[in-house]
Amino acid sequence: MNPANNWLGLPVLHAVGLTLLLALTAYVLTAGADFGGGIWDLLANGPRRDKQREVIAHAIGPIWEANHVWLIFVVVIMFTAFPPAFGALSIALFIPFHLLLGGIVLRGGAFIFRSHEEVASPRWRRWAAIFGAASVISPFILGATLSAVSSGGIRVVNGYVTVNTALAWFSPLSLLVGALTLAICAYLAAVYLTVETQGEIQEDFRRRALGAWAVVAILPAILLILVARHSPLLWAHFASLEARVPMAIGIVLAIGSGWAMWARRYKLGRILAMAEVAILLWGWAFAQWPYIIFPDVTAANSAAPVPTLRFLLNTLPYGFAILIPSLIFLFAVFKGKEPLHPSA
Amino acid sequence: MINNISAARFQMGYSLGFHMIFAALGVGMPALMLIAEALWLRSRKPEYQKLAQTWAKATGLLFAIGAVSGTALSFELGLLWPRFMAFAGGTIGPAFTLEGYAFFTEAIFLGLYLYGWERLSGPAHWFSGLVVALSGAASSILVVAADAWMQTPVGVQDLISRPQTFNAARALFTNEAWWIMSIHSTLACYAATAFAAAGVYAWGAVVRGRKDDLRMRALAICMAVGVISAVAMPITGHESAISVARRQPNKLASMESLFRTQRGAPLLVGGIPDPAHQRVLFGIEIPKGLSFLATFNPNAEVQGLDRVPRDEWPNLYVTHFSFQAMVGAGMITMLVAIWYWIAARRRNGTKDNRLLQWALVVCSPLGFVSLEAGWIVTEVGRQPWIIYRVMRTAAAVTPAQGIGGSVTGFIVLYTLLGVALVWMLNRIKHPAA
Repeated sequence: MNPANNWLGLPVLHAVGLTLLLALTAYVLTAGADFGGGIWDLLANGPRRDKQREVIAHAIGPIWEANHVWLIFVVVIMFTAFPPAFGALSIALFIPFHLLLGGIVLRGGAFIFRSHEEVASPRWRRWAAIFGAASVISPFILGATLSAVSSGGIRVVNGYVTVNTALAWFSPLSLLVGALTLAICAYLAAVYLTVETQGEIQEDFRRRALGAWAVVAILPAILLILVARHSPLLWAHFASLEARVPMAIGIVLAIGSGWAMWARRYKLGRILAMAEVAILLWGWAFAQWPYIIFPDVTAANSAAPVPTLRFLLNTLPYGFAILIPSLIFLFAVFKGKEPLHPSA
Repeated sequence: MINNISAARFQMGYSLGFHMIFAALGVGMPALMLIAEALWLRSRKPEYQKLAQTWAKATGLLFAIGAVSGTALSFELGLLWPRFMAFAGGTIGPAFTLEGYAFFTEAIFLGLYLYGWERLSGPAHWFSGLVVALSGAASSILVVAADAWMQTPVGVQDLISRPQTFNAARALFTNEAWWIMSIHSTLACYAATAFAAAGVYAWGAVVRGRKDDLRMRALAICMAVGVISAVAMPITGHESAISVARRQPNKLASMESLFRTQRGAPLLVGGIPDPAHQRVLFGIEIPKGLSFLATFNPNAEVQGLDRVPRDEWPNLYVTHFSFQAMVGAGMITMLVAIWYWIAARRRNGTKDNRLLQWALVVCSPLGFVSLEAGWIVTEVGRQPWIIYRVMRTAAAVTPAQGIGGSVTGFIVLYTLLGVALVWMLNRIKHPAA
């Protein structure tokens, strides 16, 4: 590609890739926690079981639709900027993506239906079960998908897509990344909920946050060992010298966020947890770049025409000039000091 | 893989037909809510606030289903038609990008609207609703640009021969077919919502005897939106017909089952096409009607199916019947809406008019019949092409295994979801007036 094709000083392709990564990060940090809320809903127990579910529902209610839109952005950026990659992924991931959609549709439907039922009534419990189950399926598949595109199990040769399912899907690596994604969602949700609650219920979520923290800290260590054996591309990046800085930052953040939860410094914990998750995701993304589907599809060999990429990038300042103040307003109205009184 | 193409088309049709109901209500319901809330803010009559809150509850449910089924569609475009998306994803992408911003704005302000009754001041709350209504309409207009390009692929030769300089946004948004398509289909969303909601109140009045002020005012708001949009439908529809005649004569010929190219072509009302013998059974012909409709000139030549290779004919039954259904349902709703306002000139003229109320009950689904039928005409009439005269639908379909499962899964999922939703909506009652 012509090096003159810069956007705000960045090569156009890098700018688009970065946009995609930021949208994905926003999705994980916001909607990921909404999925996590569903996981804790499913795992709710103890004397305050229904109270926990109520708190989760109130926390998610006004914001989950907006959070969900980040996924639509990710998909739209994918097919706008990298159409052949999107086509190939759609063929390779036909079944998992359909399962993901089933999960997304069921989660949204069950959540909104449940909000119209009386808390703890039999119908409420039925929708709650569907909501919880769907909240587990969707992030697991999303995580496994990220792993599948790095695994080398999806090959695209002359436009023909073949999938080695053992490598792409049923490898320990994919399953573990799926599990890690679940743990991340659960961790974020529990941490956010400690900020939004008080008293015993806050302690409930603090304990849950600490439990999930341990999983989020341990799984990446196991993953590194697996990556060394199964994914040469990713390993080459992780083992390199420049990868040690973000890894060190990640480790510091992980320790810091766990400590903050332990010490009941909830607001600090929330920031550190978000940073920890973002670093994990970015670590994967920078190791993956410039590949979209390793080893055949790169950003460069699947990019849309430059005017299209530029159009996409040029919409960003205008679009976000509207969206960011709107989002800040939304979160300020519903995540402020007062408790929630949903009337719908 | 004969079944992949049929199954993929069925899954696409079912998913999009399902989503469209919620998308249309997502455009139309905010308009109703806003009118009710504006009346409340002005008059401070509590009925109007109750009305806006009840409609908001329903909108919350409908919007959620619209959002998730819309997400499913953005994936399904690739899952079912990966070769289309690999070729044209970057071209229709700008439409979806802008629609994404609009939809995001809509979701944010809908959260504020639904959950913010006690947290926002009256005008701020109403303004949130206004943003929902405007961004909903903008989503509808923008996303139609993608479909319009598939019907009229402006600049596609450049995309094929000089892709690196191809300007997709220009191709999408300078497409003359886009404006009329998007206006016609967005107006249809208001009409469909208004008649569907009006029918609920008419049913309550005529069957259950619920004729209190709150409900009669609700009916009037619905019919105000209904009559404006219903009268605008034939006007924009006529413009659409002119556009189709110019850009997709094959589609017009198949909608009208016009087998022979002719001057002063008649407009066909009803009838059953018989493609084997190239004739129409039991149809009523309005002399020179089609020529007039398509060009404003009663003697103009209209291209028939004789100029279209046989393997490029769209399905005549589907296009013809859908077109008839669209126009028929549209005409009936328009006439009933006018009847309503004539009756409304007299005091209690609508409250005690059982015949009118029954007519409104009948019209309740007709707005959606018209909307869905119009969409079917548009998309089936484009066949066998996914991009008109550029890429065949059969060439775009996924080679993946498992489509039998996905199509079954989606039918079951959406059918159950639809049933649950109707049941939930049915339980939403107005607070005691």
